[in-house]
This record gives sequence, C-alpha cells and structure tokens, in this order.
Amino acid sequence: MEKRKKSRIKRHNRYGYIFLIPFMAVFVIFQMIPLLSTIYNSFFENYRSGLKQIGPNFIGLANYAKLFTSGDLPKYFANTMIMWVLGFVPQIVVSLALAAWFTDPSLHLKAQRFFKTVIYLPNLIMASAFAMLFFTLFADSGPVNSILMSLHLLSKPYKFMSHVGSVRGMVAFMNFLMWFGNTTILLMAGMLGIDSSLFEAAEVDGANARQIFFRITMPILKPIFVYVMITSLIGGLQMFDVPQILTNGSGDPMRSSMTLIMYLNKHLYSKNYGMAGALSVILLIITGLLSMVVFKTTADKKD
Amino acid sequence: MKKRMKTLLSLAMAAALVVPMAACGSGTTASSKSASASGSSASSASTSASSSATEETTAASSSSATEAASSAEDASGEGTVLNIQCWNDEFANRLAAHYPGFEAADPKDATKGGKIGDVTVKFTVTPSDDNAYQNNLDTVLPENADASADKKVDIFLVEADYALKYIDADANVAMKLSDLGITDDDLSKQYQYTKDVVTDANGDIRGSSWQACSAGLIFNRDIAKKVLGTDDLDAVQDAVSSWDKFNETAKKVKDAGYQMCSAMDTYRVYSNNVSGPWVQDGKVVVDDNIKAWAEDSKALVDAGEENSYELWSDDWSKGFFKDTPVFCYFGPAWLINFSMHSDEDGSVGKDGGWGFVTGPQGFYWGGTWICAANGTDNPTLVKDIILNMTTNDDVMKEIAVDDSDCVNNKTVLDALASDEKFGNPILGGQNPYAMLSAGAEKVDMSNISIYDQGCNEEFQTAMKNYFDGNASYDDALAQFKSAIQEKYPDVSVD
Repeated sequence: MEKRKKSRIKRHNRYGYIFLIPFMAVFVIFQMIPLLSTIYNSFFENYRSGLKQIGPNFIGLANYAKLFTSGDLPKYFANTMIMWVLGFVPQIVVSLALAAWFTDPSLHLKAQRFFKTVIYLPNLIMASAFAMLFFTLFADSGPVNSILMSLHLLSKPYKFMSHVGSVRGMVAFMNFLMWFGNTTILLMAGMLGIDSSLFEAAEVDGANARQIFFRITMPILKPIFVYVMITSLIGGLQMFDVPQILTNGSGDPMRSSMTLIMYLNKHLYSKNYGMAGALSVILLIITGLLSMVVFKTTADKKD
Repeated sequence: MKKRMKTLLSLAMAAALVVPMAACGSGTTASSKSASASGSSASSASTSASSSATEETTAASSSSATEAASSAEDASGEGTVLNIQCWNDEFANRLAAHYPGFEAADPKDATKGGKIGDVTVKFTVTPSDDNAYQNNLDTVLPENADASADKKVDIFLVEADYALKYIDADANVAMKLSDLGITDDDLSKQYQYTKDVVTDANGDIRGSSWQACSAGLIFNRDIAKKVLGTDDLDAVQDAVSSWDKFNETAKKVKDAGYQMCSAMDTYRVYSNNVSGPWVQDGKVVVDDNIKAWAEDSKALVDAGEENSYELWSDDWSKGFFKDTPVFCYFGPAWLINFSMHSDEDGSVGKDGGWGFVTGPQGFYWGGTWICAANGTDNPTLVKDIILNMTTNDDVMKEIAVDDSDCVNNKTVLDALASDEKFGNPILGGQNPYAMLSAGAEKVDMSNISIYDQGCNEEFQTAMKNYFDGNASYDDALAQFKSAIQEKYPDVSVD
C-alpha cells in the first residue's frame, strides 16, 4: 500500500519534466547555441574590410592574445567597475533604508503606494532617453550651466563632458536613479517575508531599531541581498546604454568612461566577430568569477 | 519506476536538443517535401502555372501600357519599386521638388517616398554617424543581385569620404554610367573633381553629383561689423586670408567677447590640403598638415579663441542663432541652405546675417553622388533620374535658385555668377557663385582613400581630449590609433 502511493507521486513527478521542455527548448535555442557559437567564433579571424570579407580563418588563440597584449582590457574593466561601484553603493544604502522604513509597521508611513510608484518610475524611462536628457541638461550651454551661472556659482560654463569625474559621476548617478526603486522593491519583498513575531519578540526583549535591523532583518534578508548583489553586478558589468549615449560612443574623456560592452560594440562595428567573440568569452569568465566571489563571501559559513 | 523516469528525462532532453536542430533544418525538408508534392500532382500544378502565367502577361502588358503613356521611354518589364539608400532627407527633397512626375506620398516629409508613374519610390534612411550608413551598404549591396525584385536597391548615395570604396572596379557594386547609357558628353558641364571622385581605376565613371561642394568661411556680419568695423566681403577676406591673419583676427574676436569658431570647423580646411592619403601601403599616416591642425587648434583653444565643440552637437549649432558668440563657420553652400536653420525665427540666416568668403585655404566638404546599384531592376528610370537630377540645365538652375545649392554645372553657375539680380537671402543678398565656381575648379581629390570617414571622425574625437586638456598630443594620438584598429582591423597603425 505504502509503496504504491509513493510510486503514484513519483509517476506524477515526471510531468514536471514535460513542463520543463519549453524552457529547455528556449534555453537551448536562444542561449546555449549562441553561447557555443560565440566561443567557436572567437578562434577565427573573421571581419569585413570595406566590401571584402576577410576570413573566417582559424587562428587559434590569437584574438585572445591580441586583447591581452593591447592592454586596453584592464582599463575598460576598471572603468566599468568604478562606475558600477559609484552607482551601486548609494543605491544599496538608499534602498535598504527605504525598504526598512516602508516595511516598519510602527512608522505608519502614509501614501506608501504613491512613493513606491514614484521611486520605481525612473526605471520605466528608456536608458538611452535618460542619457540623452542628461546630455542636454549638462551641455556646455545647457540649462544646468546657465542656472549655475545665473546663481553666480560659476563664472564660465563647467564642461561636464570634458572631465573624468563628472562623466563617470553622471553615469553612476543615472544608474543609481534608474535602479534604486527596483532594488527597494526587491528588498521590501524580502523584508515583508520575515515573520513579524520575530520583530515583536525582539521589541519585547528590549532591542532597539538598530539592533533589530542588524541582528534580525539583515541575516534573514541575506539570500535576497546576495541575489540583489549578483544581479546588480552582472548588470553593472554589462553597462552599455547610458555611457554609450552620454558620450556618443566615444567613452571620452580619453575613454575613461568606456565600458567592456562599449568596447565589444566597437569591434562589432567592423563586423569583427572573432575579436568580439573572444571579448565576450572573457566577459563571461569575469562575470562567473565575480559572481562566485560575491556568493562565497556573503554565503553563510557552515558552523 | 526510477528507470522509466530516467529514460523519460533523457528523452525529453534529447528532444529539447534535437527539436531546434530540426527547426534549423526544416527549411530544406519542407522545400523537398513541397517539391515531391508538386511532382506527384504535376498536372494540376502545370495548369495553375499556365493560368498564372497568362495573368502575369496581362498584368505586364497593362502596366507597360500605362508606363508608356506616362513616360516616353520604354521601361516595360522593369521593377515596380525604386529603392533608394540615403542618410538624410536632402536627396529626397531634391527629387520631390525637381524631378518631373514625382508625386510625394507625404508633402511634408519627402523621405516617405512617393510615386513616379507606376513605380513606387522608397527611401531607406540610415544615419551616416560612426560608419552606420556604410555598414548598411556593405550588407545590402553585395547581395543585391539575389534580392527579391521589390527589395533590390536601385540607387544609393555616397559621399566623397568613402566613394572610392563603392566605385571600386573589383567590388563592382555601382554600375558604370556608360552601361546605363550615359555618355561623357552628358557629363561635360560637370566639374572635373566631381567626376574624379567616382572614377575607378580603369577610368570608368560610376556615379554623378548635382553638387559642387567647394567651401569657404561663413561669417556673422553683425560680429564682423563690431570687431572689424565692416562686413565688406573683401575686407573680411583680407582679415582671414592666411592662417596668421586668421589667428590675429581670432584674437581680436576674443578680445571683443566672441569666439572665432570650433576647432572642428577648421579640420577639413587642413585635411583637404594634405600631401598624401590617410592610409598608405596599409598603414595609417598622420599628415603634417593634420598635425598642424592639432597644434594650431590647441593654441587657439587654450587662448580661449576657439571652442572644441563637436560638429553637429547642440553647443556647436547654437551659433546658427542670434545672441551667440560665434564669429564664423567653415562650410560649403549646402551647410548654409541646409543646416543653418535659416527658416527658423531667431536664426542669423533668417535676416540674411551671414557673409561668405574664401577663407585661409580653399577646401571642399561633402557632396552627394548618385550611384546606380548593380543589380537594379529599374535601369531606365535610374538613368533618367541621374540625367535629370545631375545634368539637366533647367533642373540644375532650379536647384541653384530654389535651394541655393552650388550645382555641378559650369554653364548654370557661370550664368548665375554674372546675374546681377541673383543673390542668396541667407547671405544678405550676396551672390556666392563666382567664388564657389572658382573654388570648384581648384579642388584636388588625389588624396582621398576609402578610410577617410573613419579616420577623420576618430582623429577629431581623439584630439578633442587634447584640446580639453585631458591628454597630451601623443596620448590622444594613441587613442586615435586604437580606434582605427577597431574600425579597420586590416590597417596597421605602428
């Protein structure tokens, strides 16, 4: 009797695999095959010179060698990480604070829904439109400069687009604005999932708000927190649209705001599939390694 | 039980792996199936084929009849769609305004296309920034012969910066004009340089232009009066007739609270007067004159006499409007009539506030050549468009008068130059044609290469860092070289 029951459950289990088929099919067609063909392509010399197609000729690891010897790769990696960190740190701090306030029942915040909508709104604007807006706002003869000059804070226009700090700062600020709402909502979902009796118990035991946040909320929130970290890291490594539009693809001044994907895009412009493939593979490895580091350092140590 | 599940799972995985492959191969299997099916029912297929054939012939005869009625030339059996590749609305507007029989689909926006007789005209606009237009041509042109009739490119436009690439005899993507039936006689009134640009290594001409784009210095008359005390053309030309005098004037302009121009404006004046092409023996060569541009401009920017705005940027084009401190621009006739917002209130051009002089050195900028795409299915119409739009004296005169374009026709330009009544309102009534005609005779195109657009754009982008003080000349040059490596992997930079 016991045995038959179990097997029926098991028999039903197999339908699970059938439901997996659509995902597997999509995954294989749109992820697996492109991934493998990217790796395959990275071993070939394959580009266009004018109207002539060069290659594909098998050249082994020459594309990788070229990427590493040209010395640009670490520079663009550093640019990407600097702009990501500049945007991510304020983003996570603000999001945590907002999420904690929104979920704290003792604060009785009014019009919560309104504020939740408002902070999410920047994410709905297309990144390129957002970048165009900033480009216009911060142009040498744009509104920001004219306001600063009419307030006599500046005597002549500040060239926002010609200084490393201001360009990187703008990119980071835009990413922060676009994503802090999204992060807040993710963290809130995590915080709302915490059993409220834990908070009550802590309060009864005399814990203050800070202690509750760091001793109860944060440890339980950890899985969500790690998820937010990793998705943001991957998103940050793939940063492209904002700096691309803001600097018109040049990554200026002196390519200090050129990200890895912008560099990839430069190669794709000459249809250089070999170099672009090699760069993509490197990017894949970097992303994997960094995600692993984040995962390892934040995961619970088994007692 | 477990075993069965495993087999089921492996089956599912195998299916997931195989299904997409089958999907990839389905094109061939489906066609073979349909082939066999048509074989088995050959009799019915043949009857339907014959009926459709008769339909086709009647359709063809009716269309050829209407076409014969609408145009004298025999174009029967040619395509019903004329596809034109371009990067802005300039040619679309010219065609809509001056080609006889063109009915625009949308009178406000010529790029929406229209009809010439029974033929539908379609424009495909791809912006030319960052080689995007060229990349588009590179994709569609080599496969043009195999494209379906309605998709075939019939006409594409090119600029001097990369014309060589498309008129190359080996690439053979642009038709020889002689194959279309256009003779040297037809082109006899055109300026020599406009023919040189589109002449391939064998001496065949593969394109034709309606513009002669010799350029000069366009100055703001109000600022000239304040700084130089006069807006008289000879006096202003005297003040900018050499780079030394230009720099002196720049200082005066700055002292009066204005800026001379953007460093990017003067770029083409230097780059058109180089001693060799950008790429020699597969290697990028920075000409002495290009280097001189960087050094001269750096000094002017540091002195606050020039700015470093990129061409076409908002900050750059602010000078087209009043109450801005920009003394001059460098450009050809099309910049004046096409880009300076002269139809808008508050622009300098609206009140005829510009003057046009030769400047420190002669140069040319831009110009649009019409090429017939190899593989076109409308050769008769394409020939007619090229003849009408680039060689017809009446159309040329219309373009010159209506659009104040500097047309590629010596007879028309000379007539206009000596016409006392004729003046360009944007230029305050000045008649620039004598000067433009003289300039066009002198343009020398011997140093162009297929890499010019990429090299010119990247050099200016890189040097902006030098002007803004973010890099030394050598660092900016290194950045230029890495950008060239990315754009043209086959060009060496060391």
